[in-house]
Amino acid sequence: MAILEPGTAAPAFTLQRESGERVALADHRGRNVVLVFYPFDWSPVCGDQLALYNELLDEFDALSAQVIGISVDSIWCHAAFVRDRKYRFPLLSDFEPKGEVSRLYGAYDSHEGCSERALFVVDAAGVIRWSFLSPMDTNPGADGILNALEALR
Amino acid sequence: MNDISRLTVPVRPEDHAQGADDAILTLVEYGDYQCPYCGAAYPLVKKLQHQFGRDLRFVFRNFPLTQVHPLAQMAAELAEAAALQGKFWPMHDWIFENQPRWTRAGAEELLSGITAVGLDTAALEQALKLPQIDQRIRADFKGGVRSGVNGTPGFFVNGRIFQGPPAALAQVLERERTR
Repeated sequence: MAILEPGTAAPAFTLQRESGERVALADHRGRNVVLVFYPFDWSPVCGDQLALYNELLDEFDALSAQVIGISVDSIWCHAAFVRDRKYRFPLLSDFEPKGEVSRLYGAYDSHEGCSERALFVVDAAGVIRWSFLSPMDTNPGADGILNALEALR
Repeated sequence: MNDISRLTVPVRPEDHAQGADDAILTLVEYGDYQCPYCGAAYPLVKKLQHQFGRDLRFVFRNFPLTQVHPLAQMAAELAEAAALQGKFWPMHDWIFENQPRWTRAGAEELLSGITAVGLDTAALEQALKLPQIDQRIRADFKGGVRSGVNGTPGFFVNGRIFQGPPAALAQVLERERTR
């Protein structure tokens, strides 16, 4: 499965976040959104990757961007993960039907049964402007996201 | 980050560096003083400095992950404040050498490093309030992110990102030296 390419309209979705609230992509229309699909809570690489984005929220905010994490973990798992790591952005649960939203973005690994490590920058009009698929065990960092957001200014 | 990630902020005079400017090897570390992996890399870097001697220049830049390591920022500030009194490296070394202890015991134990390296407490506490300390740490962090640093320790050998376990650094440096 290939991830969605720039120029594609970002598929709409509504998922529950760790607090139990429902979050829709459309809620963020008018701002940029960074969608961070990742395999699992607690796995070492994910932790580092999300920790890095957590440190950069001011930079993302200055670029008018909201960061949203998505994995197939349950909201209870997400809640414990957020509390433990002090994440200050929402983690959405692509839990039932499992991986449905990840599949829409071409970011689901049906062999491993989890989301791929994939990044999407969605602009204020809801169009994907940048996407990147990272190997499962590689933290893609933040430079690509920041460059993509700056290009949108 | 990818294999071709390069250091976007070149080494400058204001960097904290050990070794000659014209050394054939420059090793840049983006580090977090409370990160256990950086703690583990610390003696390794010392060993590399010994092994490569005059051929190696070592540069340390701040990359504190402050949400996961609550004392990382304070530790970075201490080292930067010590730098204003010309004592960056003694403070840097003390912080890493005592990392397990102050990580366990907390901020007070970390601050005991001020007297341990022979700094004037009042002057240092004054220096800690300077905005340039925070600005510098943040600038280091942002530069690291732009260069593809995704976690700590993040190493660059002659401007090119190093991927792999720190134990493999010696090999890469050796290859670079004989190129």
